[in-house]
Amino acid sequence: MEPVKLKEGVYWVGGIDWKLRNFHGYSTGRGSTYNAYLIIDEKITLIDTVKEYLYDEMMERISKVIDPAKIDIVISNHVEMDHSGSLPKVMQACPSARIYASPNGVKGLKAHYRKAWDFTEVKAGDTLSLGKRSLAFLLTPMVHWPDNMVTYCPEEKILFSNDSFGQHIASSERFDDEYPADIIWEEAAKYYANIVWPYSAQVRKELEAASALDFEMIAPSHGLVLRSRVKEIADLYQKWSSLETSKKAVVVYDTMWKSTEKMAYAIASAFEAKGYTVRLMSLQDNHISDIMTELLDTRILCVGSPTLNNNMLPTVAAFLTYLKGLSPGGREALAFGSYGWGGQSVALVEKELEAAGMTLMDSFRINYVPDETQLKHIKEDLEERI
Amino acid sequence: MKKYRCTICGYIYDPAQGDPDGGIEPGTAFEAIPEDWVCPVCGVSKDMFEEVEE
Repeated sequence: MEPVKLKEGVYWVGGIDWKLRNFHGYSTGRGSTYNAYLIIDEKITLIDTVKEYLYDEMMERISKVIDPAKIDIVISNHVEMDHSGSLPKVMQACPSARIYASPNGVKGLKAHYRKAWDFTEVKAGDTLSLGKRSLAFLLTPMVHWPDNMVTYCPEEKILFSNDSFGQHIASSERFDDEYPADIIWEEAAKYYANIVWPYSAQVRKELEAASALDFEMIAPSHGLVLRSRVKEIADLYQKWSSLETSKKAVVVYDTMWKSTEKMAYAIASAFEAKGYTVRLMSLQDNHISDIMTELLDTRILCVGSPTLNNNMLPTVAAFLTYLKGLSPGGREALAFGSYGWGGQSVALVEKELEAAGMTLMDSFRINYVPDETQLKHIKEDLEERI
Repeated sequence: MKKYRCTICGYIYDPAQGDPDGGIEPGTAFEAIPEDWVCPVCGVSKDMFEEVEE
């Protein structure tokens, strides 16, 4: 377990979670890292920690640079336990350390760990001298919790951005130029869609504030450190936070006896005929967190469910609940589904789509099994409307 | 009319602007906002707001 030098006196000392596949419901097929950073100056500083079970790994990396007991300052950019989980053990191992966090961060840490640690609240614009270097703090509430902040080191031109610009990737490579760029962007998009998307207005503010800072390296709390592709990731965040859409439709559905599935294919074929990029995503085959990634730039979302016991299918309900929490709205949506008698599912889906801020298009509802004429009607009718 | 700040995320409700996305017309005093209104940024209820001291 080795530390990785970012710059002279600045090290990555995080933990690699190779086995992580489920991050509170977000599927993490590539695992993740929890990035902690060590700065060696007159004041020895640790920026963030790792999940509780990776504490030993982090300490082994730190120990190869310096005796951990010498840590004077611990910066806690974010209360969530993937970054603060090792704090109780760190504070035991580093008895003279003082914790710096935002006011909400201090409140949150006290409510998590119930310890009388030496806390200092930092406010926007505060700076802290470490000796040769200094740290400045930028409060970024709701990107993505009320306590979030980012830490900037002007002398090293590094932005320690915590969850902003993160990607769930477990790798021994530490820098963006050592790892396939397409995978970094894919995981950064998935992270944005599943964690940050509802707070896009706050992201725009954060980007504006960050644009005043001169940095050449972004050191996030998950995944690769960006040093060769800083501008690309900033441009992507600009694009995603602008909520702009492209000519793209996503058809999400589940089915019981393949009637709703037939409707889904007819709907997808209409978009195809009109030159849309289309994704046909069955909830039996696709994880809801992967569907969210596809929705980032989607203009029209179609959601299909048959009626089961006067309701929609539970898989569709779970997807819509997740969507409602994450969606910034502002897109068009169409509900569809087949039914035997009551046929309540389509109206129930529409209600959730509206609650997610979508503008409804006319729905499609078919009794029992759609025949060729009905499927042709769906395709032609939709083609006229898109 | 007084401005109110969300004690969780720092959002400031400005009566001059209202919260049109949340159904609150510009010119609506904080006291006149329905009790089921929530912070447009972090989603907490109205009782989590405090008056901004000018």
